[in-house]
Amino acid sequence: MNVPAALKRISDTLWELPMSYKEGMLVPARIVASEKLINEMDAGVFEQVSNVATLPGIQRYAYCMPDGHWGYGFPIGGVAAMDPRSGVISPGGIGFDINCGMRLVLTNLTAEQVQPKLHQLVDRLFARIPTGVGCHGFVKLKQDDFRTVVQQGSRWCLKNGFATQEDLDMTEEGGCFPGADATHISEKAVERGYNQLGTLGSGNHYCEIQVVQPQNIMDRELADAFGLTTVPNQVVIMFHCGSRGFGHQVATDYLKLFLSVMERKYGIKIVDRELACAPFHSPEGQAYFSAMKCAVNMAFANRQVILHRIREVFSDVFHAAPDELGLRMVYDVAHNTAKLERHLINGSRKELLVHRKGSTRAFGPGLPGLPECYRKTGQPVIIGGSMETGSYLLAGMSTGGDAWFTTAHGSGRTMSRHEAKKNFRGDKLQREMEQRGIYVRTDSFGGLAEEAGAAYKNIDEVVEATELAGLSKRVARLVPIGNIKG
Amino acid sequence: MPFEYRSDIAHADVAFDAWAPTLEELFRDAARATMEVMVENLDQVRPAQTLELKLEQENEEMLLFDFLNELIFYKDARRLILLPADIEISPSDGGLTVRATLSGEEIAPTRHEMRTDVKAVTFLRYKVEQVPQGWRATVVLDV
Repeated sequence: MNVPAALKRISDTLWELPMSYKEGMLVPARIVASEKLINEMDAGVFEQVSNVATLPGIQRYAYCMPDGHWGYGFPIGGVAAMDPRSGVISPGGIGFDINCGMRLVLTNLTAEQVQPKLHQLVDRLFARIPTGVGCHGFVKLKQDDFRTVVQQGSRWCLKNGFATQEDLDMTEEGGCFPGADATHISEKAVERGYNQLGTLGSGNHYCEIQVVQPQNIMDRELADAFGLTTVPNQVVIMFHCGSRGFGHQVATDYLKLFLSVMERKYGIKIVDRELACAPFHSPEGQAYFSAMKCAVNMAFANRQVILHRIREVFSDVFHAAPDELGLRMVYDVAHNTAKLERHLINGSRKELLVHRKGSTRAFGPGLPGLPECYRKTGQPVIIGGSMETGSYLLAGMSTGGDAWFTTAHGSGRTMSRHEAKKNFRGDKLQREMEQRGIYVRTDSFGGLAEEAGAAYKNIDEVVEATELAGLSKRVARLVPIGNIKG
Repeated sequence: MPFEYRSDIAHADVAFDAWAPTLEELFRDAARATMEVMVENLDQVRPAQTLELKLEQENEEMLLFDFLNELIFYKDARRLILLPADIEISPSDGGLTVRATLSGEEIAPTRHEMRTDVKAVTFLRYKVEQVPQGWRATVVLDV
């Protein structure tokens, strides 16, 4: 057991490391987890979330979500809100895969209609959506056009026939973070990413066909509102990917820049180099914020053109227009971002820079910034489980204010990739999954073995903990039947 | 063995230790450890293309950091799987300079067994140090 002796239990699902736990902590560190999950938590989570609590300008608490695990700088699952006037921005609080995120797409098809064509569908998706290491995308762009894409995000997709206005409405900030300025990105970042628009990537990135079984609907009213119950055993599509090499290069560029100026120019000392940061209101901080927005927009555009491909594939296989098949987005959620938001703190509403790394914004009912149709329900939250064990759709809750309306983002790993590869064989796993009704295509059996369900925490326990903590409410559990993986 | 993957310091990422009698060999081994995360059968990569690389940094640590990130860059930008054929590290005005000839080829899915993408070299537990036997590095890659 890795739990530090200083960890205090605040409630059934909330734990706290006090400021006395580590020198330099400016606020306590809080972890959302059940007793079982906290006992299984990586030692790295306690170390890293308490490190986050030392960052200048941090407000109220440093948080880690129940899927939290060892990352770099922040733990994966980390959340921290900074006062933008006195605080910092840190690439380690956002991650290398900026705006890695999830989309959930509805169909009006039933599992019975899809099953006979499942292999054909998965094979076509696998052929049409580039996956795996070093893949190039299907949208061919010149480097200057790519600069436009990263400034406009999904708006570029709308102008170029890859999106509908409704898609943009169902994406955070309409699929474009304002203030993205391509003059703040390096030539190297452009060169690394301009040919990757429309690629899924590898690792834990995937596109999955899932079924909403009636017995797995936990909240009928919310499921109705999110369009999840139009037909019995409804088929939906979930996919997970981010800003690819472009975002990774932006993060690397600014991590290095911040390390070179942080102490020398701004006198900021940190406990871990991966927490490199700069004052938010400094030339370097503002340049990174703008470059990060470019990467956010690249990821929105990437997911949008992939959605366009998914529509084409379903349309081809079922000989019907995407509209006739009801291929509509429920929502697009971002995992790795920093964003200026207004939150209640000490009784007054204040603008804060909220870092979310491997965690999901989960706005409760009535909060501004949600599409009109979700004002009463709260934000749809899409939680991807491992490819073997199923995923969830949840809704943000009005009680999530303490954690800046944030929740988990996935299952969270419990086993290293190296260990998973020793324990599982990709080809065997693929056969076993097919016997259990999940048809998976992959570029890499090694990569598939690393993503085995047993390498992850129990998704049911993770989402239950978020609900008990008042962060996100379970709407439905989604069962996988087909998957393409990089 | 010139490098060894570690399971104890990163779950979602890939960590390795590399050690070698000389700094040049350390760079070569760390490059191999990085590329092997992405390509299962690295020995099947043919030296069809070569590329000259020159990087300058203030110290060994930052030089290796840039060197490994350069290999990751070429994988995305040009779909090239590259390994150093020759490496020379020498003192320079700015600190240290590495000159290397990288050789390899474009990813060929029919011949190369690809694994998991490496996104970046991180500073988590990152260390390059001189030890009695030569040089040692600990690297955590974000995948």
